[in-house]
Amino acid sequence: MTKFSLLALAALAAPAAAQVKLNGAGATFPNIIYQDWMLTYNQSHSDAQLNYQSIGSGGGIRQFSDGTVDFGATDAPMKDSAIAAINGNVLHIPTVLGGDVPTYNLPDVKATLKFTPDVLADIFLGKLTKWTDARITSANPGVKLPDADIVVVHRSDGSGTTFIWTDYLSKVSPEWEQKVGRGPSVNWPVGLGGKGNEGVTATVKQTPGAIGYVELGYAMANQLPAGSVRNKAGKFIAASLESITAAAAGAMKDMGPTTDFRVSITNPDGDAAYPVASFTWFLLHRQYDDAAKAAALVKFVWWAETQGQARAAPLGYAPLPKQLGPWIEVRLKSITAGGKSVWTTAAR
Amino acid sequence: MDDGSPVAPDRPALVGRNAVDRLYRAALTGLALSLPLLLVALLAELVASAWPAITRFGVRFLWTSVWDPVAGVFGAAPMIFGTLASSLLALLFAVPLALGVAIYLTEFSPKWLRQPVAFLVELLAAIPSVVYGLWGIFVLIPFLRGYVVPPLRGVLGWTPFLQGVFYGNSLLAGGVILAIMIVPYIAAVSREVLLAVPSSQREAALGMGATRWEAVWTAVVPYGRAGLIGAVILGLGRALGETMAVTMLIGNRHDIGLSVLQPAYTMAAAVANEFSEATTNLYLSALFEVGLILFVVTVVVNALARLMIWRVARGTAVGSRAL
Repeated sequence: MTKFSLLALAALAAPAAAQVKLNGAGATFPNIIYQDWMLTYNQSHSDAQLNYQSIGSGGGIRQFSDGTVDFGATDAPMKDSAIAAINGNVLHIPTVLGGDVPTYNLPDVKATLKFTPDVLADIFLGKLTKWTDARITSANPGVKLPDADIVVVHRSDGSGTTFIWTDYLSKVSPEWEQKVGRGPSVNWPVGLGGKGNEGVTATVKQTPGAIGYVELGYAMANQLPAGSVRNKAGKFIAASLESITAAAAGAMKDMGPTTDFRVSITNPDGDAAYPVASFTWFLLHRQYDDAAKAAALVKFVWWAETQGQARAAPLGYAPLPKQLGPWIEVRLKSITAGGKSVWTTAAR
Repeated sequence: MDDGSPVAPDRPALVGRNAVDRLYRAALTGLALSLPLLLVALLAELVASAWPAITRFGVRFLWTSVWDPVAGVFGAAPMIFGTLASSLLALLFAVPLALGVAIYLTEFSPKWLRQPVAFLVELLAAIPSVVYGLWGIFVLIPFLRGYVVPPLRGVLGWTPFLQGVFYGNSLLAGGVILAIMIVPYIAAVSREVLLAVPSSQREAALGMGATRWEAVWTAVVPYGRAGLIGAVILGLGRALGETMAVTMLIGNRHDIGLSVLQPAYTMAAAVANEFSEATTNLYLSALFEVGLILFVVTVVVNALARLMIWRVARGTAVGSRAL
């Protein structure tokens, strides 16, 4: 009797066994939308079971390279040396966009502060130490700034947010690039470290005269004061989902359907572009061993790049510019398993 | 029981029992050995993972201060300093407080007050460390900035320990939060130790004409000193390894300075902060080496403590047996 019922159960479970399990790991910043995508996708596609662990970009790259997960995710693109170490078997596929905003604690300042690139760089280099410095006041006519010391607050944990911020500072300040450079964590010339967006925010809120940087989505959700930043076109732009998508559009000329998507889009062209923005990427293999897995994965990624994009804005992420879609399609079509493209099976 | 006559030899049963005994004994030995083996395995894993950094930087790692993940240059001196400094600062605040609580509760407080106060103090140990961190950011730091640091500066501002601008996140904030976190441990163990001091000690001192305070200080505390040192070391061990609350308050800055008002860093905080995004192998390896150093520091501190207790306890002091 028990044996029989077990057999019956096994028979019932047989269709479910055909379900493909896809595991991913990586960046924490896009975790909310990735979880949302997987949940939504599963409601209409029961053939794939998706699982994503937000262990950080570094861990994601490591697990992806070791082959312990089917796909990775990262806020900072893999270095050439890391790609060479896995024989180039990786594709960076942009998913959504994020940006950093400077946030500050100046209780008496009601207007949105404007920052020029050189002011931001020199503040974070520790060279500009007073809020009443002429370079700050001249960019903010009519704003009465307090005679207070500037206290820099940065992330103490390694983070894609820091990568975007330092990548931007490296582009606008040769001194920053040479002295500090870009990375998920760097050797900060000055400042206090806070753990996570919430740690930076708490420290800024508790320290009069403090300035820090946080993710746009976090700043919006918590209604933090966020300064506008002067872009390459010379306009002061406040960060918003639209101005970040515009940043990606402004950087499109650096990309093409067959080129690498590992492009930095900080300080891009475009009047409406907010300059401290970045893609976040899925890491996929160029060749997979398991055709069923590869097909299911490509199918999910393509869904995320098309229908999934509409879910980005409500969750505080900027959607990719529309022009990118066909190029991503080309890259996804190039993914193979056993020498054959998995796209035809994926698109079924 | 039976009448006590010798049991008839029953070899098969005995053999069977011996076999079970041997099995039982082997199982217990295995279990007992598994913990030290785990420790050895942990140490081996740490050394293996830290090896690239160890070979690359050598002993220089211990006393250089640059921590530059972009350039791949790592030195742990500020973290080692910060770990020791914040823990010692915590002991400075916590030991008098905790011993005071323990002495009051065992010797001076009215009976009805003992249990509730002891319970509340021990409850401090149950608060999650992240809650301490949040409380520290939103309550402790403004309090220090508003009411503690300015008068402290007025009195001791000339010393090297109170130089520089006080932003809040600092060695001082980290030390104070650690002190609050380790008080319950030190207080609870000290209380047990003092309770175990035989009342004949007190009676003898009082009989000699000592005041109650003198009796405590000359007869009770010295009698339990080994146990009390053990209590302090327990607190120190906890302070050295505490991560979350400290990383939220200490400022996470790779700097060495005498001033307690300046931000600092600890080894545990660095590992927790940077592990997930350590993208290069050397970076990861450097973090493993930091973990290894923390491990070694903790072991050395505990070994020193054992030695101290052993030397102090060469009498029949309370608590030495328990420790």
